[in-house]
Amino acid sequence: MKLIVMVMTMMMISEGSMIDQTCKQTPDFKLCVSLLNSDPRGSSADTSGLALILIDKIKVLATKTLTEINGLYKKRPELKQALDQCSRRYKTILNADVPEAIEAISKGVPKFGEDGVMDAGVEASACEEGFQGKSPLTSLTKSMQNISSVTRAVVRMLL
Amino acid sequence: MASTEALLPVTSRQDPLSESRSDQIPETRRKRPIKVHLAVCSGLLLIALYVTLIVTHDGSTAQNGAKDETSTESRARLAGVSEKSNDRVWRLSGDGKTEAFPWNNTMLSWQRTAFHFQPEKNWMNDPNGPLFYKGWYHFFYQYNPNAAVWGDIVWGHAVSKDLIHWLYLPLAMVPDKWYDANGVWTGSATFLDDGSIVMLYTGSTDKFVQVQNLAYPEDPSDPLLLKWTKFSGNPVLVPPPGIGAKDFRDPTTAWKTSSGKWRITIGSKVNRTGISLLYDTTDFKTYEKHETLLHQVPNTGMWECVDFYPVSKTKVNGLDTSVKGPDVKHIVKASMDDTRIDHYAIGTYYDSNGTWVPDNPSIDVGISTGLRYDYGKFYASKTFYDQNKKRRILWGWIGESDSEAADVQKGWSSVQGIPRTVVLDTKTGKNLVQWPVEEIESLRLSNKKFHMKVGPGTVVPIDVGSAAQLDIEAEFKIKKEDLEIIFGEDSVEADEEFSCQNGGGSTVRGALGPFGFSVLADQSLSEHTPVYFYVTKGKDSKLKTFFCTDTSRSTMANDVVKPVYGSFVPVLKGEKLTMRILVDHSIVEGFAQGGRTCITSRVYPTKAIYGATKLFLFNNAIDATITASFKVWQMNSAFIHPYSADDL
Repeated sequence: MKLIVMVMTMMMISEGSMIDQTCKQTPDFKLCVSLLNSDPRGSSADTSGLALILIDKIKVLATKTLTEINGLYKKRPELKQALDQCSRRYKTILNADVPEAIEAISKGVPKFGEDGVMDAGVEASACEEGFQGKSPLTSLTKSMQNISSVTRAVVRMLL
Repeated sequence: MASTEALLPVTSRQDPLSESRSDQIPETRRKRPIKVHLAVCSGLLLIALYVTLIVTHDGSTAQNGAKDETSTESRARLAGVSEKSNDRVWRLSGDGKTEAFPWNNTMLSWQRTAFHFQPEKNWMNDPNGPLFYKGWYHFFYQYNPNAAVWGDIVWGHAVSKDLIHWLYLPLAMVPDKWYDANGVWTGSATFLDDGSIVMLYTGSTDKFVQVQNLAYPEDPSDPLLLKWTKFSGNPVLVPPPGIGAKDFRDPTTAWKTSSGKWRITIGSKVNRTGISLLYDTTDFKTYEKHETLLHQVPNTGMWECVDFYPVSKTKVNGLDTSVKGPDVKHIVKASMDDTRIDHYAIGTYYDSNGTWVPDNPSIDVGISTGLRYDYGKFYASKTFYDQNKKRRILWGWIGESDSEAADVQKGWSSVQGIPRTVVLDTKTGKNLVQWPVEEIESLRLSNKKFHMKVGPGTVVPIDVGSAAQLDIEAEFKIKKEDLEIIFGEDSVEADEEFSCQNGGGSTVRGALGPFGFSVLADQSLSEHTPVYFYVTKGKDSKLKTFFCTDTSRSTMANDVVKPVYGSFVPVLKGEKLTMRILVDHSIVEGFAQGGRTCITSRVYPTKAIYGATKLFLFNNAIDATITASFKVWQMNSAFIHPYSADDL
């Protein structure tokens, strides 16, 4: 028991430092910490690694949102036009923004990573805007906006 | 015909603070208590301490980075920089005025430019290795053959006889070696004494290290320089000790030193200090690194695409990169990774020890209030010496300001600016002057001449027919009596606070401005892009002139970045106010006072397209009457196309 507590304490100290320090410099500390802590790579990652973890979260969220969008076509057929737009926007996040950001950060030209990550937030906002106040996706798009702004802050640390 | 109708709507001055994203840097730093079970840890304390030491070290590096980032960020915001602006995301929702609508292919296909260089499709960024050889101007560029976003970078290639009519050629270099497997990145050309060409470029290796490689034409007798050979001994330079493996890129054109060696410089950073490393070589294969740097400026971050070249203090022609001497100043330019702004400074180069000292250290390279080639969207620029016409020519990468979804849908992203000549402003001695190469005038078709007096608060439609491809040259005069009133009146306070960025755009009216043209406008001005002068009374009661471009109302679309760009422009005694504007669909380039201040903007109207695009002249000043004398040319397409045998 003592051993487990000791080991857990060590992990808390190390996590408390790098992720802590990094997340303090983002607009949403809580979100940042929860995202990074939820990934096993988080505790030993450098800034690039943390950025890549967050980009992965963007990818996961985009996939989840696309699934939701696809489901809405049947349930809310009157929203087809807006859903089409959202589908396009979120496919851009998955097929353009995420690969661009991963390549840029891996290769050490983070500014293109910043572009990709920021664009994820733009696409989410544009999708939301298409419903003109009556969006069925608000919590998902808001989530993307938030993760995008947190990720951008981390990517900027690499500039 | 002047009309008093349709005054541009007055809106209140926007508070830049309310727009700025304070969430970028957190308001408070929350302290998270670190739980330490001292009693429990006694046995493992040493190990825990070791781990803590490592992560604290990483943490403190981040802290320093954050501090400098804060100052860089806030300086950037003061300067009104927005590269795919932070503001944009939050402004999208809750603004009842702008409707959300999808981009359709009609709107998107209008955006493609007619006479600016852009590939047939996909993504482009930095200009590479520009040169003139055997009758052809060569242009290489960072290109993604697979997508409309950055990635998988190769060297695209095009040639032209006149810097305007380009012919696409096959890709010049692709990532086919271990030392550029992850990217064939930016580089520059040097002409050796025997007229042969060497190309130095950055490769991203299979292990993601940034190195410098040497390449040269496979067949020097081929004027099209189709094929390039990579030196078997590459890389010729790897990151030196103390320099990050990913902070070492964009080698310059070499210049000859007085001892007969070649010298190059490469940008980098040490913590938050932007630096330029110096290397000497005789054969471009082995190099000696200088202990000292060409230059460095604290708090400017990574220096990309460094450029270094001489300008004449007295003559109007360009100079070969190796020229030195008392008649010459040297320019150091760098692209700031942090802010996506190209900055330059004028100074003196000391060849004996390879150092350069700015004339005015307070506006050193990279300082936010320092000089820029362009106060709009313009990055990764590079000059070359055109020995054909004895000019120094500047290329600049103009990225998109729209969403990547739109880029993917329209199938392309980015254009190059029209190449500009660059010379020192011999009248002020304190800045460069740029001007579109004269060859662009070959695109001028019909023109119309206008001369008119425009009273305060007036908008005048200018009938030129089609208005998406224009070259406008204009001269403005403020009525003498109005000027004297402003000068004389104590009640008209000196406007020390004005800048284009926080001046509220073109609808905020002052005594002596704004006045200029609204381009890419629709009939009702629901979409328009004003390019204008704003004259203020400076603190010493002298007039201070600003040149701005306001894209905030350029489109109804809200997934697009719409900043107000611009800067102060020197106007000397006796000079009239002059402006030139090149309009080419989704790009607008403005030049004030013969190119003392330049602004490039990307604009994406949804209504002011095709036959609906109009041009207006406006005077939104409160007190001054303006006399405008101008000429508007229709501009032909450059018909950029793939090279074929017919083109010889």
